[in-house]
Amino acid sequence: MMEILANFFGAFLPEWLVTLLLILIKVMAIVIPLILLVAYATYAERKIIGFMQVRVGPNRVGFKGLLQPFADMFKLIFKEIIVPEKSNRFLFLIAPLLAMGPAFAAWAVIPFSDGLVLADVNAGLLFLLALTSLGIYGVIIAGWASNSKYAQLSAMRLGAQMVSYEIAMGFALVGVLMASGSLNLGDIVRAQSGSIFSWFVWPLFGLFVVYFIAGVAETNRAPFDVAEGESEIVAGFHVEYSGMAFSIFFLAEYANMWLISALTSLMFLGGWLSPFQGLDFLTNMPVLGLFFGDGVHWLLLKASFFMLLFFWFRATFPRYRYDQIMRLGWKILIPVTLVWIFAEGLAIALGWKPWL
Amino acid sequence: MSLNLKHYFKTFSLQELLKGLGVTGKYFFERKVTIQYPEEKTPISNRFRGHHALRRYPNGEERCIACKLCEAVCPALAITIELEERPDGTRRTTRYDIDMFKCIYCGFCEEACPVDAIVETNIFEYHFENRGENIQTKDKLLAIGDKHEAEIAKMKAADAPYR
Repeated sequence: MMEILANFFGAFLPEWLVTLLLILIKVMAIVIPLILLVAYATYAERKIIGFMQVRVGPNRVGFKGLLQPFADMFKLIFKEIIVPEKSNRFLFLIAPLLAMGPAFAAWAVIPFSDGLVLADVNAGLLFLLALTSLGIYGVIIAGWASNSKYAQLSAMRLGAQMVSYEIAMGFALVGVLMASGSLNLGDIVRAQSGSIFSWFVWPLFGLFVVYFIAGVAETNRAPFDVAEGESEIVAGFHVEYSGMAFSIFFLAEYANMWLISALTSLMFLGGWLSPFQGLDFLTNMPVLGLFFGDGVHWLLLKASFFMLLFFWFRATFPRYRYDQIMRLGWKILIPVTLVWIFAEGLAIALGWKPWL
Repeated sequence: MSLNLKHYFKTFSLQELLKGLGVTGKYFFERKVTIQYPEEKTPISNRFRGHHALRRYPNGEERCIACKLCEAVCPALAITIELEERPDGTRRTTRYDIDMFKCIYCGFCEEACPVDAIVETNIFEYHFENRGENIQTKDKLLAIGDKHEAEIAKMKAADAPYR
Protein backbone atom coordinates (compact mmCIF):
# COMPACT_ATOMS: atom_id res chain seq x y z
CA MET A 1 0.00 0.00 0.00
CA MET A 2 2.69 2.44 1.10
CA GLU A 3 4.95 1.30 -1.75
CA ILE A 4 2.26 1.96 -4.33
CA LEU A 5 1.82 5.45 -2.94
CA ALA A 6 5.60 5.98 -2.83
CA ASN A 7 5.90 4.97 -6.48
CA PHE A 8 2.98 7.17 -7.43
CA PHE A 9 4.37 10.26 -5.72
CA GLY A 10 7.97 9.39 -6.66
CA ALA A 11 7.11 9.81 -10.34
CA PHE A 12 6.81 13.60 -10.08
CA LEU A 13 8.11 14.67 -6.65
CA PRO A 14 11.59 14.81 -5.09
CA GLU A 15 12.43 12.02 -2.67
CA TRP A 16 12.38 14.05 0.58
CA LEU A 17 8.94 15.36 -0.24
CA VAL A 18 7.68 11.83 -0.87
CA THR A 19 8.97 10.69 2.54
CA LEU A 20 7.32 13.69 4.18
CA LEU A 21 4.04 13.05 2.39
CA LEU A 22 4.04 9.38 3.34
CA ILE A 23 4.64 10.21 7.01
CA LEU A 24 1.87 12.80 6.89
CA ILE A 25 -0.50 10.25 5.35
CA LYS A 26 0.36 7.73 8.09
CA VAL A 27 -0.16 10.37 10.80
CA MET A 28 -3.53 11.26 9.30
CA ALA A 29 -4.46 7.59 9.19
CA ILE A 30 -3.97 7.49 12.96
CA VAL A 31 -5.24 10.92 13.98
CA ILE A 32 -8.52 10.99 12.05
CA PRO A 33 -9.86 7.68 13.41
CA LEU A 34 -8.62 8.76 16.83
CA ILE A 35 -10.59 12.01 16.70
CA LEU A 36 -13.67 10.07 15.62
CA LEU A 37 -13.14 7.66 18.50
CA VAL A 38 -12.86 10.61 20.87
CA ALA A 39 -16.06 12.15 19.50
CA TYR A 40 -17.97 8.93 19.95
CA ALA A 41 -16.43 8.36 23.37
CA THR A 42 -18.21 11.51 24.54
CA TYR A 43 -21.45 10.18 23.10
CA ALA A 44 -20.90 6.75 24.64
CA GLU A 45 -20.14 8.33 27.99
CA ARG A 46 -23.37 10.32 28.02
CA LYS A 47 -25.37 7.30 26.88
CA ILE A 48 -23.81 4.85 29.33
CA ILE A 49 -23.98 7.14 32.35
CA GLY A 50 -27.52 8.03 31.35
CA PHE A 51 -28.51 4.38 31.19
CA MET A 52 -26.95 3.72 34.59
CA GLN A 53 -28.99 6.60 36.00
CA VAL A 54 -32.16 5.14 34.43
CA ARG A 55 -32.29 7.90 31.81
CA VAL A 56 -31.96 7.48 28.05
CA GLY A 57 -29.19 9.99 27.33
CA PRO A 58 -28.93 12.04 24.11
CA ASN A 59 -31.48 10.77 21.57
CA ARG A 60 -32.57 13.81 19.57
CA VAL A 61 -29.85 14.50 16.99
CA GLY A 62 -29.89 11.84 14.32
CA PHE A 63 -30.88 8.24 14.83
CA LYS A 64 -30.69 7.50 18.59
CA GLY A 65 -28.68 10.71 18.98
CA LEU A 66 -25.78 9.38 16.95
CA LEU A 67 -25.02 12.80 15.47
CA GLN A 68 -24.80 14.42 18.90
CA PRO A 69 -20.96 14.67 18.88
CA PHE A 70 -21.11 16.65 15.65
CA ALA A 71 -23.79 18.96 16.98
CA ASP A 72 -21.60 19.61 20.03
CA MET A 73 -18.57 20.16 17.83
CA PHE A 74 -20.31 22.70 15.59
CA LYS A 75 -21.64 24.53 18.60
CA LEU A 76 -18.17 24.79 20.12
CA ILE A 77 -16.55 25.84 16.84
CA PHE A 78 -18.92 28.78 16.43
CA LYS A 79 -18.56 30.00 19.99
CA GLU A 80 -16.34 32.93 20.84
CA ILE A 81 -12.98 32.22 22.47
CA ILE A 82 -12.91 34.66 25.36
CA VAL A 83 -9.45 35.64 26.57
CA PRO A 84 -9.54 37.17 30.07
CA GLU A 85 -8.12 40.69 30.10
CA LYS A 86 -5.48 40.08 32.75
CA SER A 87 -4.42 36.66 31.54
CA ASN A 88 -1.14 35.94 29.83
CA ARG A 89 -2.49 35.89 26.30
CA PHE A 90 0.26 33.86 24.68
CA LEU A 91 0.40 31.14 27.32
CA PHE A 92 -3.38 31.13 27.64
CA LEU A 93 -3.79 30.30 23.95
CA ILE A 94 -0.89 27.86 23.70
CA ALA A 95 -1.85 25.82 26.78
CA PRO A 96 -4.62 23.76 25.10
CA LEU A 97 -2.21 22.81 22.33
CA LEU A 98 0.41 21.79 24.88
CA ALA A 99 -2.18 19.57 26.52
CA MET A 100 -3.31 18.02 23.25
CA GLY A 101 0.11 17.56 21.62
CA PRO A 102 1.45 14.80 23.90
CA ALA A 103 -1.91 13.05 24.05
CA PHE A 104 -1.73 12.58 20.27
CA ALA A 105 2.04 12.21 19.90
CA ALA A 106 2.04 9.18 22.20
CA TRP A 107 0.07 7.25 19.57
CA ALA A 108 3.14 7.21 17.34
CA VAL A 109 4.61 4.22 19.18
CA ILE A 110 1.38 2.27 19.71
CA PRO A 111 1.42 -0.94 17.65
CA PHE A 112 -2.10 -1.47 16.30
CA SER A 113 -1.27 -4.85 14.88
CA ASP A 114 1.83 -6.89 14.17
CA GLY A 115 4.15 -4.39 12.49
CA LEU A 116 1.40 -1.79 12.09
CA VAL A 117 3.07 1.06 13.97
CA LEU A 118 4.09 4.58 12.94
CA ALA A 119 7.47 4.62 14.74
CA ASP A 120 8.80 1.26 15.87
CA VAL A 121 11.28 2.70 18.40
CA ASN A 122 13.15 0.47 20.81
CA ALA A 123 12.49 2.59 23.90
CA GLY A 124 8.77 2.95 23.18
CA LEU A 125 7.84 2.51 26.81
CA LEU A 126 10.17 5.32 27.93
CA PHE A 127 8.83 7.55 25.16
CA LEU A 128 5.31 6.93 26.45
CA LEU A 129 6.22 7.66 30.06
CA ALA A 130 7.91 10.88 28.98
CA LEU A 131 4.97 12.04 26.85
CA THR A 132 2.24 11.23 29.34
CA SER A 133 4.16 13.29 31.89
CA LEU A 134 4.45 16.18 29.44
CA GLY A 135 0.68 16.51 29.17
CA ILE A 136 0.56 18.06 32.61
CA TYR A 137 2.42 21.14 31.35
CA GLY A 138 -0.53 22.22 29.27
CA VAL A 139 -2.80 21.99 32.28
CA ILE A 140 -0.49 23.81 34.68
CA ILE A 141 0.18 26.56 32.14
CA ALA A 142 -3.56 26.86 31.50
CA GLY A 143 -4.18 27.23 35.22
CA TRP A 144 -1.49 29.83 35.64
CA ALA A 145 -2.19 31.84 32.50
CA SER A 146 -5.91 32.18 33.25
CA ASN A 147 -5.16 34.49 36.19
CA SER A 148 -7.95 32.85 38.15
CA LYS A 149 -7.69 31.45 41.65
CA TYR A 150 -9.85 28.44 40.86
CA ALA A 151 -7.86 27.52 37.77
CA GLN A 152 -4.62 27.95 39.68
CA LEU A 153 -5.79 25.74 42.56
CA SER A 154 -6.97 23.07 40.18
CA ALA A 155 -3.69 23.09 38.24
CA MET A 156 -1.71 22.71 41.48
CA ARG A 157 -3.89 19.82 42.61
CA LEU A 158 -3.55 18.12 39.28
CA GLY A 159 0.21 18.63 39.22
CA ALA A 160 0.65 16.99 42.63
CA GLN A 161 -1.73 14.18 41.71
CA MET A 162 0.02 13.42 38.41
CA VAL A 163 3.45 13.36 40.04
CA SER A 164 2.23 10.93 42.71
CA TYR A 165 0.49 8.52 40.39
CA GLU A 166 3.19 8.58 37.76
CA ILE A 167 5.43 6.69 40.20
CA ALA A 168 2.95 3.88 40.76
CA MET A 169 2.29 3.79 37.03
CA GLY A 170 6.00 3.65 36.22
CA PHE A 171 6.55 0.84 38.70
CA ALA A 172 3.66 -1.15 37.25
CA LEU A 173 5.30 -0.76 33.84
CA VAL A 174 8.61 -1.92 35.31
CA GLY A 175 6.84 -5.17 36.14
CA VAL A 176 5.75 -5.53 32.52
CA LEU A 177 9.24 -4.67 31.38
CA MET A 178 10.73 -7.38 33.59
CA ALA A 179 8.25 -9.98 32.38
CA SER A 180 8.71 -9.21 28.68
CA GLY A 181 12.38 -8.19 28.70
CA SER A 182 11.83 -5.39 26.21
CA LEU A 183 10.97 -1.69 26.06
CA ASN A 184 9.51 -2.02 22.57
CA LEU A 185 5.72 -2.18 22.72
CA GLY A 186 5.54 -4.61 19.81
CA ASP A 187 7.92 -6.99 21.57
CA ILE A 188 5.94 -6.66 24.81
CA VAL A 189 2.82 -7.83 23.00
CA ARG A 190 4.68 -10.58 21.15
CA ALA A 191 6.00 -11.84 24.50
CA GLN A 192 2.38 -12.49 25.47
CA SER A 193 1.53 -14.67 22.48
CA GLY A 194 0.66 -18.31 22.93
CA SER A 195 -2.78 -18.46 24.46
CA ILE A 196 -5.06 -16.33 26.61
CA PHE A 197 -3.19 -17.64 29.66
CA SER A 198 0.14 -16.23 28.57
CA TRP A 199 -1.18 -12.66 28.78
CA PHE A 200 0.45 -10.62 31.50
CA VAL A 201 -2.82 -10.00 33.40
CA TRP A 202 -2.59 -13.35 35.13
CA PRO A 203 0.94 -13.26 36.59
CA LEU A 204 0.85 -9.47 37.00
CA PHE A 205 -2.76 -9.05 38.15
CA GLY A 206 -1.88 -6.69 41.01
CA LEU A 207 0.20 -4.49 38.73
CA PHE A 208 -2.63 -4.51 36.19
CA VAL A 209 -5.09 -3.20 38.79
CA VAL A 210 -2.60 -0.63 40.06
CA TYR A 211 -1.80 0.46 36.51
CA PHE A 212 -5.43 1.03 35.62
CA ILE A 213 -6.20 2.85 38.85
CA ALA A 214 -3.15 5.06 38.30
CA GLY A 215 -4.29 5.54 34.73
CA VAL A 216 -7.70 6.77 35.86
CA ALA A 217 -5.95 9.18 38.26
CA GLU A 218 -3.54 10.24 35.54
CA THR A 219 -6.32 11.26 33.15
CA ASN A 220 -8.02 12.92 36.12
CA ARG A 221 -11.29 11.13 35.66
CA ALA A 222 -13.80 10.28 38.37
CA PRO A 223 -13.27 9.27 41.16
CA PHE A 224 -9.94 11.11 41.03
CA ASP A 225 -11.20 14.30 39.41
CA VAL A 226 -10.49 16.73 42.24
CA ALA A 227 -8.90 18.93 39.59
CA GLU A 228 -12.41 19.51 38.28
CA GLY A 229 -14.25 19.48 41.62
CA GLU A 230 -17.36 21.40 40.52
CA SER A 231 -18.52 21.92 44.06
CA GLU A 232 -15.43 23.74 45.26
CA ILE A 233 -13.49 25.09 42.27
CA VAL A 234 -16.19 25.47 39.60
CA ALA A 235 -14.66 23.54 36.69
CA GLY A 236 -10.96 23.29 37.36
CA PHE A 237 -8.13 24.52 35.18
CA HIS A 238 -10.38 25.29 32.22
CA VAL A 239 -12.86 27.66 33.94
CA GLU A 240 -11.75 30.59 31.81
CA TYR A 241 -11.74 28.71 28.51
CA SER A 242 -14.57 28.73 26.01
CA GLY A 243 -15.31 27.56 22.50
CA MET A 244 -12.63 25.67 20.63
CA ALA A 245 -9.96 26.30 23.28
CA PHE A 246 -12.12 24.49 25.80
CA SER A 247 -12.97 21.69 23.43
CA ILE A 248 -9.28 21.05 22.76
CA PHE A 249 -8.82 20.33 26.47
CA PHE A 250 -11.77 18.02 26.18
CA LEU A 251 -10.23 16.33 23.17
CA ALA A 252 -6.94 15.89 25.03
CA GLU A 253 -8.69 14.36 28.03
CA TYR A 254 -10.54 11.79 25.94
CA ALA A 255 -7.51 11.07 23.76
CA ASN A 256 -5.60 10.39 26.97
CA MET A 257 -8.33 8.05 28.14
CA TRP A 258 -8.13 6.12 24.88
CA LEU A 259 -4.36 6.09 25.25
CA ILE A 260 -4.50 4.65 28.77
CA SER A 261 -7.08 2.09 27.63
CA ALA A 262 -4.97 1.08 24.63
CA LEU A 263 -1.83 0.88 26.77
CA THR A 264 -3.51 -1.26 29.41
CA SER A 265 -4.67 -3.66 26.73
CA LEU A 266 -1.22 -3.70 25.12
CA MET A 267 0.71 -4.26 28.34
CA PHE A 268 -1.57 -6.69 30.10
CA LEU A 269 -4.19 -8.05 27.72
CA GLY A 270 -2.00 -8.87 24.75
CA GLY A 271 -2.95 -5.92 22.52
CA TRP A 272 -3.86 -7.16 19.06
CA LEU A 273 -3.59 -10.84 20.07
CA SER A 274 -6.82 -12.76 19.92
CA PRO A 275 -8.06 -14.44 23.11
CA PHE A 276 -8.73 -17.52 20.96
CA GLN A 277 -5.07 -17.92 20.11
CA GLY A 278 -4.01 -21.55 20.12
CA LEU A 279 -7.53 -22.77 19.43
CA ASP A 280 -6.81 -23.68 15.83
CA PHE A 281 -10.28 -24.99 14.97
CA LEU A 282 -11.62 -21.45 15.55
CA THR A 283 -8.87 -19.43 13.84
CA ASN A 284 -8.87 -21.73 10.79
CA MET A 285 -12.57 -21.24 10.04
CA PRO A 286 -13.14 -19.68 6.60
CA VAL A 287 -14.66 -16.23 7.34
CA LEU A 288 -15.05 -16.16 11.10
CA GLY A 289 -11.38 -17.02 11.34
CA LEU A 290 -10.61 -13.42 10.43
CA PHE A 291 -12.54 -12.32 13.48
CA PHE A 292 -11.16 -14.97 15.80
CA GLY A 293 -7.62 -14.40 14.53
CA ASP A 294 -5.27 -11.63 15.68
CA GLY A 295 -5.88 -8.11 14.43
CA VAL A 296 -6.61 -4.46 15.09
CA HIS A 297 -10.19 -5.24 16.09
CA TRP A 298 -9.03 -7.03 19.25
CA LEU A 299 -7.04 -4.00 20.36
CA LEU A 300 -10.07 -1.82 19.66
CA LEU A 301 -12.39 -4.15 21.58
CA LYS A 302 -10.07 -4.37 24.58
CA ALA A 303 -9.52 -0.60 24.63
CA SER A 304 -13.29 -0.07 24.37
CA PHE A 305 -13.77 -2.32 27.36
CA PHE A 306 -11.46 -0.11 29.42
CA MET A 307 -13.27 2.98 28.16
CA LEU A 308 -16.48 1.38 29.42
CA LEU A 309 -14.77 0.92 32.79
CA PHE A 310 -13.86 4.63 32.82
CA PHE A 311 -17.52 5.57 32.32
CA TRP A 312 -18.73 2.92 34.72
CA PHE A 313 -16.44 4.26 37.45
CA ARG A 314 -17.72 7.75 36.82
CA ALA A 315 -21.32 6.60 37.21
CA THR A 316 -20.53 4.69 40.39
CA PHE A 317 -17.88 6.20 42.64
CA PRO A 318 -18.04 9.43 44.61
CA ARG A 319 -15.03 11.73 44.33
CA TYR A 320 -12.05 11.07 46.59
CA ARG A 321 -11.03 13.73 49.06
CA TYR A 322 -7.68 15.26 48.19
CA ASP A 323 -5.74 13.77 51.12
CA GLN A 324 -7.29 10.37 50.39
CA ILE A 325 -5.97 10.55 46.84
CA MET A 326 -2.48 11.28 48.12
CA ARG A 327 -2.75 8.50 50.70
CA LEU A 328 -3.91 5.97 48.12
CA GLY A 329 -1.14 6.92 45.72
CA TRP A 330 1.80 7.04 48.12
CA LYS A 331 0.88 4.65 50.91
CA ILE A 332 -0.98 1.91 49.05
CA LEU A 333 -0.31 1.78 45.32
CA ILE A 334 3.46 2.38 45.47
CA PRO A 335 4.13 -0.21 48.22
CA VAL A 336 1.94 -2.74 46.42
CA THR A 337 3.87 -2.32 43.18
CA LEU A 338 7.22 -2.49 45.03
CA VAL A 339 6.29 -5.76 46.75
CA TRP A 340 4.97 -7.19 43.50
CA ILE A 341 8.08 -6.25 41.57
CA PHE A 342 10.25 -7.79 44.29
CA ALA A 343 8.27 -11.01 44.19
CA GLU A 344 8.42 -11.00 40.41
CA GLY A 345 12.17 -10.45 40.47
CA LEU A 346 12.59 -13.40 42.82
CA ALA A 347 10.46 -15.58 40.58
CA ILE A 348 12.46 -14.60 37.52
CA ALA A 349 15.74 -15.24 39.34
CA LEU A 350 14.52 -18.67 40.45
CA GLY A 351 13.24 -19.43 36.98
CA TRP A 352 9.54 -19.88 37.75
CA LYS A 353 7.72 -20.42 34.49
CA PRO A 354 4.53 -18.33 34.78
CA TRP A 355 6.60 -15.19 35.27
CA LEU A 356 8.55 -15.56 32.07
CA MET B 1 -0.81 -1.91 65.78
CA SER B 2 -3.06 -4.89 65.41
CA LEU B 3 -3.06 -6.49 62.02
CA ASN B 4 -6.65 -6.96 61.06
CA LEU B 5 -6.42 -9.56 58.32
CA LYS B 6 -10.10 -9.50 57.50
CA HIS B 7 -9.97 -5.77 56.95
CA TYR B 8 -6.91 -6.07 54.72
CA PHE B 9 -8.51 -8.78 52.66
CA LYS B 10 -11.62 -6.66 52.25
CA THR B 11 -9.77 -3.56 51.06
CA PHE B 12 -7.27 -5.27 48.79
CA SER B 13 -9.86 -7.46 47.07
CA LEU B 14 -11.74 -4.22 46.19
CA GLN B 15 -14.90 -5.98 47.37
CA GLU B 16 -16.96 -2.89 48.11
CA LEU B 17 -15.96 -1.11 44.92
CA LEU B 18 -17.07 -4.15 42.92
CA LYS B 19 -20.34 -4.21 44.84
CA GLY B 20 -20.91 -0.59 43.88
CA LEU B 21 -20.13 -1.33 40.25
CA GLY B 22 -22.64 -4.17 40.47
CA VAL B 23 -25.40 -1.77 41.50
CA THR B 24 -24.82 0.66 38.63
CA GLY B 25 -24.32 -2.29 36.30
CA LYS B 26 -27.72 -3.62 37.24
CA TYR B 27 -29.40 -0.27 36.63
CA PHE B 28 -27.82 -0.12 33.19
CA PHE B 29 -30.33 -2.76 32.08
CA GLU B 30 -33.29 -1.40 34.04
CA ARG B 31 -36.30 0.09 32.23
CA LYS B 32 -35.75 3.82 31.62
CA VAL B 33 -38.16 6.27 33.21
CA THR B 34 -37.53 9.28 30.95
CA ILE B 35 -40.63 10.97 29.52
CA GLN B 36 -39.98 12.43 26.07
CA TYR B 37 -41.60 15.74 26.94
CA PRO B 38 -43.01 17.39 23.86
CA GLU B 39 -44.39 14.06 22.61
CA GLU B 40 -45.25 12.51 25.96
CA LYS B 41 -46.67 14.37 28.93
CA THR B 42 -47.25 13.53 32.54
CA PRO B 43 -50.87 13.62 33.74
CA ILE B 44 -51.97 16.98 35.21
CA SER B 45 -54.00 17.31 38.41
CA ASN B 46 -57.44 18.94 38.34
CA ARG B 47 -56.06 21.35 40.90
CA PHE B 48 -53.19 22.41 38.68
CA ARG B 49 -52.54 26.15 38.90
CA GLY B 50 -51.39 27.40 35.51
CA HIS B 51 -52.28 30.42 33.40
CA HIS B 52 -55.26 32.50 34.61
CA ALA B 53 -58.56 32.92 32.81
CA LEU B 54 -61.76 34.92 33.34
CA ARG B 55 -64.97 32.96 32.85
CA ARG B 56 -68.42 33.90 31.57
CA TYR B 57 -71.92 32.69 32.34
CA PRO B 58 -73.56 30.51 29.68
CA ASN B 59 -75.55 33.54 28.50
CA GLY B 60 -72.34 35.35 27.63
CA GLU B 61 -72.29 37.75 30.57
CA GLU B 62 -68.95 37.96 32.31
CA ARG B 63 -68.94 36.54 35.81
CA CYS B 64 -66.64 39.05 37.49
CA ILE B 65 -68.54 41.55 39.64
CA ALA B 66 -65.51 43.64 40.57
CA CYS B 67 -65.73 42.80 44.27
CA LYS B 68 -61.92 43.18 44.48
CA LEU B 69 -61.56 40.21 46.84
CA CYS B 70 -58.88 38.70 44.61
CA GLU B 71 -57.02 41.99 44.49
CA ALA B 72 -57.16 42.16 48.28
CA VAL B 73 -56.06 38.57 48.89
CA CYS B 74 -53.29 38.52 46.30
CA PRO B 75 -50.06 38.17 48.30
CA ALA B 76 -47.90 39.33 45.39
CA LEU B 77 -50.06 42.37 44.59
CA ALA B 78 -50.23 41.17 41.01
CA ILE B 79 -53.88 42.08 40.34
CA THR B 80 -55.13 45.58 39.49
CA ILE B 81 -58.86 46.25 39.15
CA GLU B 82 -60.80 49.35 38.13
CA LEU B 83 -64.56 49.35 37.94
CA GLU B 84 -67.69 51.31 37.05
CA GLU B 85 -71.37 50.90 37.54
CA ARG B 86 -73.40 50.03 34.51
CA PRO B 87 -76.70 51.77 33.67
CA ASP B 88 -78.63 48.72 34.92
CA GLY B 89 -76.94 49.07 38.32
CA THR B 90 -74.53 46.10 38.14
CA ARG B 91 -70.83 46.40 38.93
CA ARG B 92 -68.42 45.37 36.23
CA THR B 93 -64.66 45.83 35.81
CA THR B 94 -63.26 48.25 33.28
CA ARG B 95 -59.73 47.02 33.91
CA TYR B 96 -58.54 43.64 35.18
CA ASP B 97 -54.74 43.27 34.90
CA ILE B 98 -52.64 40.40 36.18
CA ASP B 99 -48.89 40.92 36.14
CA MET B 100 -47.64 37.42 35.32
CA PHE B 101 -44.15 38.29 36.55
CA LYS B 102 -45.46 39.17 40.01
CA CYS B 103 -47.90 36.28 40.22
CA ILE B 104 -46.74 33.35 42.32
CA TYR B 105 -49.56 31.03 41.20
CA CYS B 106 -50.81 30.46 44.75
CA GLY B 107 -54.42 30.17 43.64
CA PHE B 108 -55.77 32.49 46.36
CA CYS B 109 -57.61 34.63 43.78
CA GLU B 110 -59.51 31.59 42.65
CA GLU B 111 -60.29 30.63 46.26
CA ALA B 112 -61.46 34.16 47.10
CA CYS B 113 -63.72 34.62 44.10
CA PRO B 114 -67.39 34.38 45.13
CA VAL B 115 -68.60 33.86 41.54
CA ASP B 116 -65.84 31.57 40.17
CA ALA B 117 -64.85 34.24 37.68
CA ILE B 118 -61.07 34.16 37.94
CA VAL B 119 -59.65 30.64 37.64
CA GLU B 120 -56.27 29.08 37.08
CA THR B 121 -56.24 26.69 34.14
CA ASN B 122 -53.94 23.78 33.37
CA ILE B 123 -52.17 25.78 30.65
CA PHE B 124 -48.50 25.91 31.51
CA GLU B 125 -46.82 26.16 28.11
CA TYR B 126 -46.87 29.90 27.41
CA HIS B 127 -44.32 32.61 26.93
CA PHE B 128 -43.97 36.34 26.32
CA GLU B 129 -42.06 37.76 23.40
CA ASN B 130 -42.19 41.48 24.15
CA ARG B 131 -42.03 43.75 27.14
CA GLY B 132 -45.43 44.46 28.61
CA GLU B 133 -46.95 41.20 27.45
CA ASN B 134 -46.53 39.93 30.98
CA ILE B 135 -49.47 42.18 31.94
CA GLN B 136 -52.47 40.03 31.05
CA THR B 137 -55.39 42.37 30.43
CA LYS B 138 -59.07 41.69 30.88
CA ASP B 139 -59.57 41.04 27.16
CA LYS B 140 -56.81 38.46 27.01
CA LEU B 141 -58.00 36.70 30.17
CA LEU B 142 -61.57 36.56 28.88
CA ALA B 143 -60.34 35.23 25.55
CA ILE B 144 -58.50 32.41 27.28
CA GLY B 145 -61.60 31.69 29.33
CA ASP B 146 -63.77 31.55 26.21
CA LYS B 147 -61.37 29.30 24.39
CA HIS B 148 -60.93 26.76 27.18
CA GLU B 149 -64.32 27.00 28.92
CA ALA B 150 -65.21 23.34 28.36
CA GLU B 151 -61.94 22.15 29.81
CA ILE B 152 -62.09 24.55 32.77
CA ALA B 153 -65.65 23.53 33.61
CA LYS B 154 -64.64 19.87 33.51
CA MET B 155 -61.67 20.44 35.79
CA LYS B 156 -63.66 22.43 38.32
CA ALA B 157 -66.51 19.93 38.32
CA ALA B 158 -64.12 17.05 38.93
CA ASP B 159 -62.55 18.83 41.89
CA ALA B 160 -65.80 20.27 43.32
CA PRO B 161 -66.63 17.35 45.70
CA TYR B 162 -63.37 17.92 47.59
CA ARG B 163 -63.81 21.65 48.16
